[in-house]
Amino acid sequence: MSLLHYLDYTFIQRAYIAGSFIAVLCAILGLFLVLRKLSLIGDGLAHVSFGAIALGLFFGFYPFYAAIPLVLVASYFILKLTEKAKVYGDAAIGIVSSLSIAGGVILASLSRGFNVDLFSYLFGNILAISEKEVYLSLGLSLAVLLVIIFLYNDLFSATFDEEYAKVTGIKTERIHLILTSLTAITVVLAVKVVGIMLVSALLILPAVTALQIAKRFKAAMLIAISAAVLSVLAGITISFFMDLPPGATIVMFNVMIFTITLAIKKMVS
Amino acid sequence: MASILSVKNLCCGYGSVEVLSDVSFDIEKGDYIGLAGPNGAGKTTLVKTVLGLSEKFKGIIKLFGQDLKSFDGWGRVGYLSQRVTAFNPLFPAAVKEVVGLGLLSQKEFPKRFDRTDDVKIMQSLDLMGISDLHKKPVSDLSGGQQQRVFLARALVSSPELLILDEPGTALDPQSREDFFEFIKKLNRDKGITVILITHDTAQIGQYANKLLYMDKKVVFYGSFSDFCRSAEMHQYFGHFSQHLICHQHE
Repeated sequence: MSLLHYLDYTFIQRAYIAGSFIAVLCAILGLFLVLRKLSLIGDGLAHVSFGAIALGLFFGFYPFYAAIPLVLVASYFILKLTEKAKVYGDAAIGIVSSLSIAGGVILASLSRGFNVDLFSYLFGNILAISEKEVYLSLGLSLAVLLVIIFLYNDLFSATFDEEYAKVTGIKTERIHLILTSLTAITVVLAVKVVGIMLVSALLILPAVTALQIAKRFKAAMLIAISAAVLSVLAGITISFFMDLPPGATIVMFNVMIFTITLAIKKMVS
Repeated sequence: MASILSVKNLCCGYGSVEVLSDVSFDIEKGDYIGLAGPNGAGKTTLVKTVLGLSEKFKGIIKLFGQDLKSFDGWGRVGYLSQRVTAFNPLFPAAVKEVVGLGLLSQKEFPKRFDRTDDVKIMQSLDLMGISDLHKKPVSDLSGGQQQRVFLARALVSSPELLILDEPGTALDPQSREDFFEFIKKLNRDKGITVILITHDTAQIGQYANKLLYMDKKVVFYGSFSDFCRSAEMHQYFGHFSQHLICHQHE
């Protein structure tokens, strides 16, 4: 099949468009998360989305409509556990994510009917993205991007030096809450691209790739976005022609870019 | 004359441990205060409380005559933290970007920088003698250069009050002396009020005009000449220490 014919498929067009937008979000948010040493919050919230999707399937409504509010609530709960109950961040993530997985497994066991659907979310399939999901992804991606653009300097300051950001009057707790909420939305969107098990890779890998070589924060953003979008586009293409799972192929491509960047950096230095 | 900083009956602590007990003092415009005391005396806690970094306290704090809880003129306050290396070394931030953060307190949403800000940033870097480093990543600089970058960040908003938490810690003796001299010049020439936390009570006597000596409460607050005449301080410090501090001040 020629590449031109391949691009005629509407499901490929949908995957490219939605995947690229979600990749941009993951790259930008991933940078903030990695630099704030919150990389694993993506993993934790992806696990929460497992329980939330199970709940949606159990009650018979569109899973993402359950996942988005529930993962948002979970991100807030993780923050409050850390602040109020004096639980370390990683432990709070562990508590909330294990609660969600346990809930999801119990719901799957009780229903006996949607296990196949639920487990398809574990590894994702961007090639199966529906038109409705493309619009949902585009709308939410644009909303998240707008928030990041308007709060860029506050996010930058609070990530670089939280104490100093407070002294300049920035409400760092509010910035932290906004960042985790944006991550919650992005994680739910990314579940469709790479699946629950691999979401954190999409958040972490482009960011750590960029941090190997970037000298300025905006340059790091551009490099992370390029690496993430390239991985998604290449991953979708390779998975189609080689009949591989798209989520895993995207992640493998991401790892490859990271490894090459690391090798080039070592050679240059 | 209204005080730049007024603290009345300030008490605060962590859990059941009281760190500051009934602390009261006023700082006037143009003062250069050496804030000294032994380890655990509550110097950093005092400064953090004054800067709004710790909200759990009793008493009244007023900055520029405005209650701390409603104070919003953070551009009038410059701060250099004790931990200049606290930032993440992986963070790819250029010197210019970092210094610009000092202007955010004066910005309205959505806090965009313009050409005027660029000029202010370069002026602040010029003042510190590091304008040639403006494109360099902060993590590539030496400890002394980083110190200058963070001081440029503290000065970029043209603050009226500058608070420095043990700024000499990361510097060699010569750089430390140059740094203290530079702060003295800012105080003298630009009229910036300075609060400088230090362990070195003797050395600060060379630069500051007042001493605030704390040990969970205010042990002494006043001019160095009052300190040198005080029989109470003679008893507290002993003859040798008091003489050393006073000798350096002279």
